[in-house]
Amino acid sequence: MKPEDLLTLARSVVAQAADGEEIEVACSFGTSRNIRVYEGEVESLTTADNSGIGVRVLADGREGFASAGSLDPDVVAEMLSEARDNATFAESDPFVGIARPDGVEPVDIELWHSGVSTTPTKDKVAMAVELERRVRAHDPRISGIRVAGYGDNEGSFALVSTAGIEAASEASSASISVQALAVDGDRTQTGFAYDGARQPQDLDLDQVVERAVSQAVDLIGATKPATASVDLVLDPRMAATVIGLIAGTLTGDRVIKGRSPFVDRVGEQIGAKMLSFVDDATDPASLGADSHDGEGLACRRVPLVLDGVLQGFLHDSYTGRRAGGGSTGSAVRGTRGLPTPGLHALAVAPGQGSLEELISRSELGVLVFSLAGLHSGVNPVSGDFSVGVEGRMIRNGELAEPVGEFTVGSTLQRLMLDISAIGDDLRHLPSGVSTPSIVIADVALSGTSA
Amino acid sequence: MIGQETIEEVLGTALAGGAELAEIFAEDVRRGSVNLDDGRIESLASGRDRGVGVRVISGGATGFAHTADLSRRSLLSAARAAADAVTGSAGSTAAAIERVETTPGPVAIAPGDIPKATKVELLRQAEEVARSADPAITQVSARYAESRRRILVANSDGVLAGDDQTRTLFSVSCVASGDAGLQTGHETVGLSVGFEIFDRYDVEKLANEAAQRALTKLQARPAPSGTLPVVIGPGSGGVLFHEACGHGLEADLVAKGASAFANRLGEQVASPIVTLIDDATMAEEWGRYAIDDEGSPGRRNVLIEDGILVDYLWDGIRARQEGRPSSGNGRRQSYRHLPMVRMTNTYLAGGESDPADIIASVDHGVYVARLGGGQVNTASGDFVFGMVEAYLIEGGKITAPLREGQLIGNGPKVLREIEAIGNDFAMGPPGTCGKDGQGVPVGDGVPTLKVAELTIGGTAS
Repeated sequence: MKPEDLLTLARSVVAQAADGEEIEVACSFGTSRNIRVYEGEVESLTTADNSGIGVRVLADGREGFASAGSLDPDVVAEMLSEARDNATFAESDPFVGIARPDGVEPVDIELWHSGVSTTPTKDKVAMAVELERRVRAHDPRISGIRVAGYGDNEGSFALVSTAGIEAASEASSASISVQALAVDGDRTQTGFAYDGARQPQDLDLDQVVERAVSQAVDLIGATKPATASVDLVLDPRMAATVIGLIAGTLTGDRVIKGRSPFVDRVGEQIGAKMLSFVDDATDPASLGADSHDGEGLACRRVPLVLDGVLQGFLHDSYTGRRAGGGSTGSAVRGTRGLPTPGLHALAVAPGQGSLEELISRSELGVLVFSLAGLHSGVNPVSGDFSVGVEGRMIRNGELAEPVGEFTVGSTLQRLMLDISAIGDDLRHLPSGVSTPSIVIADVALSGTSA
Repeated sequence: MIGQETIEEVLGTALAGGAELAEIFAEDVRRGSVNLDDGRIESLASGRDRGVGVRVISGGATGFAHTADLSRRSLLSAARAAADAVTGSAGSTAAAIERVETTPGPVAIAPGDIPKATKVELLRQAEEVARSADPAITQVSARYAESRRRILVANSDGVLAGDDQTRTLFSVSCVASGDAGLQTGHETVGLSVGFEIFDRYDVEKLANEAAQRALTKLQARPAPSGTLPVVIGPGSGGVLFHEACGHGLEADLVAKGASAFANRLGEQVASPIVTLIDDATMAEEWGRYAIDDEGSPGRRNVLIEDGILVDYLWDGIRARQEGRPSSGNGRRQSYRHLPMVRMTNTYLAGGESDPADIIASVDHGVYVARLGGGQVNTASGDFVFGMVEAYLIEGGKITAPLREGQLIGNGPKVLREIEAIGNDFAMGPPGTCGKDGQGVPVGDGVPTLKVAELTIGGTAS
C-alpha cells in the first residue's frame, strides 16, 4: 500500500467522528526482508508484509487508544470501537488532545531510496555472506561468527486527524550486522558491529568488518583493572549511547512529572562549556531526519544544551500544552502506541581533535568498546549511573591492556559537567544520533581492590 | 483460526520446492492495559494481532514468510515465498495431520469478562495506598495489563496442536523525594492466570511495598565499590541464573561456540549444591505453556544436577540436527518471528541452609534483596545486573540500605562460587527475556544464596 492508500483508509476512519469527538488515526504498511547466514550458507530468509493501525479517540478531555497489526476492515472497525470504549474510562485532563496545526512548514526530506527495491535478493544474500567471510578471514584469532545478517524494509506511513492534520511519508532502510567470536583461553570474547542506511548501496562493509574483528580480538586476555579514577574515552558510537541517555531525560513527559534530574534547570549550566547539542530532524544528513513528527506536526530544530547551558525540553502536543510553550514537534511513536516526546536526530556539536589525539592526551583512561547494563544501571529519575564496561586501558596517552568485568559509576549530572574533550570526528550514526568522540574525566572505575 | 483443509494445502505448497519440513504457525492475540500516572487514569489501550507464519526447512536453511491476511490466497502466497527462499530436493510430502491434545493453563476468571471499571478501580486503590504511605511519596504510577494468546501449530510431520495462554500483570511504581534527591520503588506481579491473580495478591499490600522500597532508599548510602561476598535474597535473584547461565545452555548458542558451556556435558560446572531447572509446566508461572511455538509439549528440564551439566535446552531445528527430541523450548515473540531456543521458568532449586545462618556467615558484604534487570554476554558469560534493593552486611547482620549500583561478574564463575543455598525458594517477579530482538515472557526464581565474591559497582568513594 502506498501513502495515498493509507491516507484514504485513515480519512475513512476519521470521517466517522461524532459531534464533540476527536479522532487521530496513524497507519503503516511495509515489506521487509531479513537474511541470516552461517558458514557461507543462508541460515534463514524471511520475507514479510507488516501493517499497523493506531486509533486515538478523545471526548470530554478523555483519551482512549486501540491498535492492531492488521488493516482488515473488521479489525479497523473493532479498533475504533475499542478506542471509543476505552476513552469512557479515562479521567479527564484539560491538556489532553490531538495536535493542532501550528503553521510550521515541514522540510522536504527524501526518506525513500530506490536501492532496497532495485537490489535483487541474491545480492543481499551475497552481501551477508561476504560480511561473514571477511570477518572470518580478517584475523586468524576469529574462531566463529554467532550472527551475520542483512535486513531491510520499505514502508509507508500516514496520519490523519479531525484537527485537519494530514501527513504521509514513504521510507526505506537497510542494515547489516555481525557478531564475531574470538577464543581466549577458556573464555570467548565477542565483537559486535552494524551499519544502517537508507539503501544497501550506502552500507559500509569495511568499517563493520574492522570494528567487529578489532573489538573481539583486542579484548583477548582482558583482565579486571584496579579501582581508580579514569578518563572515559568514548568513540562516536559509545558517545551516542551516553549522550542519548542524558538527552533522553530532557523529555516533556519526564519534566512535567518531575522525573528528570534536570527539571527546573533551564538557563543553568548543566554541562561543560564545550558541550552543545540539539535535536534536529530537519538535517538531511542525519539518519534520524524526518519531515513530520508522530502527531503529524513539522519536525524542527530543538536546541537542548548550548555551551553547557540547558535551553529547554522536548515536547509533544500534550506536554507542550501543559508546560505552556506548545509542541516542539518531538512526538515519537509507532502505530502501535500513543505518541510521547522523544529524540529524533540528536546532534552534538563537534570540537577539536581526532580520537587518536584524544587518547594521546589521557594519562589514565579507558577506551570503551561496549557498555552493559544500561537499563538496570542508569536511573533516569535520580541520575545514578553505574554500568559495566569492556575496553582498553589508556596509559600515558597510549592504548594498553584489554580490560573487562568492571563498572564505572557516576551520575548523569556529573557526567555532563565532567566532559573534558570533544573531538572533530563527527559521525552520523544509524540510530539517528550524530556525534564526535567525547572524553569524560574523573569517572570512578570499580574493579579489583587496590 | 484456519481449517484443516487449508492447512494441508498450505503445507503441501510449502513443501513443493523440495524442503524437508513445512510448518504453519497461526496466532491471535488480544491485549488490554490501563495506566494510572500522575494522579490520573491516563489511558486505556487495546491491541489485537493475528496472523500466520509459514516456515520451510531444508538442510541448515530456513525460509519464512508471514502475513496478517488470513485468506487462503494470502496463506498460499506466504507458503510459496517461504519455499522460494530455500532450495531442496528432499521430496517430502506432508504426513496425515493428527491433532495433539493439550491442556491450556486453567483460567478461573477470564480478564476480558471483567468490566474495565473494575480494573480502573484497582489502580486507584493502589495509588491511594501508596500516596498515603508517607508525604515523601511524590509520584505514583500503576499499570494493569492482560493478554490472551491463542496459537495453532501444524507441520508436515503430522503435528497439529494448539494452546490458549492468558497472562495478567499488575505493577506499582513510586518516587520518593528527600534530601538525597529522588528515589524509586517498584513492585510487579504477573501470572499465567486470569483475574484470579487478585485472589493471590493484595493490591494494597503491593502498593505499600513499592512505597516502602522508595522510602527506604531515601535513607540509603552510596553502594560500595569493589569485590565483596554477596548474599542474594529469595525470588528476584533468579534473573541472574536466567541471564548468566541459562542463555549459555541454549543449544543454538552452544552449537555456534557462543556459549561458555559448549562441550562441557557431564562435567562439574557448578558447586555441588547447585541444581538448575527450566520448567515450562510450573502451574500459573509467567513462563508457563502447554506447547511451545513449534507444537512440542512444554517440559521440565533439569540442566545442572548437583553441579554436573546434564543437558542443554533445545528447539526443533537444533534437535533435528542432533537426532534427538526437542526439549519443548522453541519459542517466538509472535507469528512474525522465527522460533529459537528460549527458556521458560528457570530456577535454582532450594537447598538446606537456614537463610539467617547464611547472612550470619558474612562479616562484611552486601545483601541483595532485589535484583533488577541485567545484561549478559553469553559467549564470555560476563554479566551486569542492577541492585534494586540492597543492604550492607556488617558482622553477620543486615544493616544500612544502599543506593542503586551494579553487580558484575561471570556466570560460570558464580556457579562455582556458590557457597550456600537456603531452604526458602521463591519465584521472582515476571520477566520478559530478550534475545536477538525477540521478547518472550519468562519466570525465574532462587532461594537465598551466598556467592563468595562479586564485583559491586557503586558510587561510594
